[in-house]
Amino acid sequence: MHTLDFDVAHVLAGALVLVSFLELYQDRLYSLLNVYAVHALVLAASVAWQAYIQDAPHLYVTAMIALVFKALIIPVVLHRMIVKLGIHREIEKVVGVGSAMLAGMGLVALSMVVMLRVTQQAGPLAQEDLAFALSVVLLGLLMMVTRRNAVSQVVGFMSLENGLVLAATGAKGMPLVVEISVAFSILIAFIVIGIFLFRIRERFDTVDMQVIDTFRGEHR
Amino acid sequence: MTFNALIGVLLIPAFAAALLAALPGYRITARINVLATTLTLLCALSLFFVRPAPSSYLLVDDLNGTFIVLTTFVGFTTSVFSASYIGHELEIGRLTASSVRFYHAMYQVLMFAMNLALVANNIGLMWVAIELATLTTVLMVGIYRTHEALEAAWKYFLLGSVGIALALFGTILVYMAARPVVGEGLDAMVWSILVKRAGAFDPALLDLAFVFLLLGYGTKVGLAPLHAWLPDAHAEGPTPISAVLSGLLLNVALYALLRFKMLLAANPAALAPGPLMVTLGLLSLVFAAFMLYRRRDIKRLFAYSSIEHMGIITFAFGMGGPLANFAGLLHMTMHSLTKSAIFFAVGHVSQVKGTQRIADMGGLTETHPLLGWGLILGVVAIAGLPPLGIFMSEFLVVSSTFARAPLLAIVLVFGLLVAFGGLFLRLNSIAFGEPRGPTAKAQASYVPMFAHLTLVFIAGVYMPPALVAWFNNVAGLLG
Repeated sequence: MHTLDFDVAHVLAGALVLVSFLELYQDRLYSLLNVYAVHALVLAASVAWQAYIQDAPHLYVTAMIALVFKALIIPVVLHRMIVKLGIHREIEKVVGVGSAMLAGMGLVALSMVVMLRVTQQAGPLAQEDLAFALSVVLLGLLMMVTRRNAVSQVVGFMSLENGLVLAATGAKGMPLVVEISVAFSILIAFIVIGIFLFRIRERFDTVDMQVIDTFRGEHR
Repeated sequence: MTFNALIGVLLIPAFAAALLAALPGYRITARINVLATTLTLLCALSLFFVRPAPSSYLLVDDLNGTFIVLTTFVGFTTSVFSASYIGHELEIGRLTASSVRFYHAMYQVLMFAMNLALVANNIGLMWVAIELATLTTVLMVGIYRTHEALEAAWKYFLLGSVGIALALFGTILVYMAARPVVGEGLDAMVWSILVKRAGAFDPALLDLAFVFLLLGYGTKVGLAPLHAWLPDAHAEGPTPISAVLSGLLLNVALYALLRFKMLLAANPAALAPGPLMVTLGLLSLVFAAFMLYRRRDIKRLFAYSSIEHMGIITFAFGMGGPLANFAGLLHMTMHSLTKSAIFFAVGHVSQVKGTQRIADMGGLTETHPLLGWGLILGVVAIAGLPPLGIFMSEFLVVSSTFARAPLLAIVLVFGLLVAFGGLFLRLNSIAFGEPRGPTAKAQASYVPMFAHLTLVFIAGVYMPPALVAWFNNVAGLLG
């Protein structure tokens, strides 16, 4: 029974890392959003499984938030926003797909080496969970720095937050305060981002960060 | 039940925020804003006398008592400055009535978030509060809605969120380290319980957690190389926000870092956090000192000066020991007071000159003597000239370092000298020479600026023994 618990948790957390890789090489905004929805779906499954094996019913709330809010509402809203702003086109990347994937693999290897070595006392389940979670966080970061488009940077940030939720649920018995606050912070963050996207639209007629970057004041 | 001042420190700003969001009209909201910060300051001062018992969410001890009083005091003086600053912005049409309402509500939310971060006894709650403070300031930085303001806010938002995400990961790792010792649940996130039992935690996990926390909260402190958001956010937002950012929010993030440093210090097998903080501190100091030379925007200039001083403070706390901690605390207090006074002056200067470009201002001491000399006094203080307070604290940092690590002290002094040169080079072209730009009389409130500078002057000349004893006591707590 315990091995089944472990295996399923392992598969789900590993799947989250894989989906992060899928996000890395998407070159259209729509498909990126779809992959993000899958990312959130896998997260919901993983959190629900943790809730089941830890016998922690409050984690089902977190799973529901991931399912409803992140896998459904956010992709739909962002989808609409893209249509409204008329930016459904290819994403401009800073580096090519190949080098981004290589860097991603490097980051995953790094997080495995660091976390597996450090967390030996935490028990195998928490150990692997944390290693996967750190991989997801780092891949989200990588996505934020390799994309120029504001929407895809936001998606990068949200998958980074998914990694954090994975870590928080993997830490057994972590108080509810944190999970709720993580969910709320995503909500707040999303509102902020929404406001920004619209303000950017008001002023620039684009959400391409490179256009905004020309206004930066590096030498003032 | 007696009145609980701790609840007052949190509830007054929260209530004021709701009220200010509902009320129209600039005059009344600016006054309510000042009134609310005054009441919060009074509550904070009363914490010295009556101190509520720590709960699993809130805690007041000597360390955060110092921070709370500093925060509420600068929050109060900035609200006085802000009333005249925002009045001018309304007149020239840079802000609309509705954005002023939003601004005042956000100001109180920011005060609430900073106070909450300071009194939080729960490391999760502390994280939430710092995130709330970040989001609030992001909105305030973007309030002018110009290209530059939006870009600065976006950059701040992205870098701030990454920092805050790393800090959360670190917080989770601390919980993981505490769980086998303290047990599952709420207790394993309560700082006062954690610090008592930190000796038994897994040192490897704690080390890793601290690295994440240092990178995460270090981004918010503005330590190089994680500082990229800071100059933009300072330059493009309203000046009262620059004053609060530099004088307070950076301190709050540093405070969070100090709490975790104390946790590591309680575990003999964990890595010493000092060298990491010393390295980042020195790097920030030297880097920012050189950056001062090429600034053309007056607010950017002082933003880099903030990075420099946060570097010195982090360095001092990284060195540790009673004397260096004392110097760090004193320097932090002096920097908060001086830098916000400078931003008060800079705010009015850029309003009367209608620009933030240093090249377009000049001869300020002739056109606006009071503002010009106030700014000069502020820069003299921030550059560390005697007899002002920062001279005292920098002297203590340098002399305590020379006694323990002479090589580091040489780098420190080098950075200080470079920064000194950079500041005076720029000050010269702002304050003296041919008068340039408009010469219209300033409608300024000089009281907050000179009140801060007077305090800094007094601290430089004569430190009351009670204050010295208090700082010594807190420095002892920091270990």
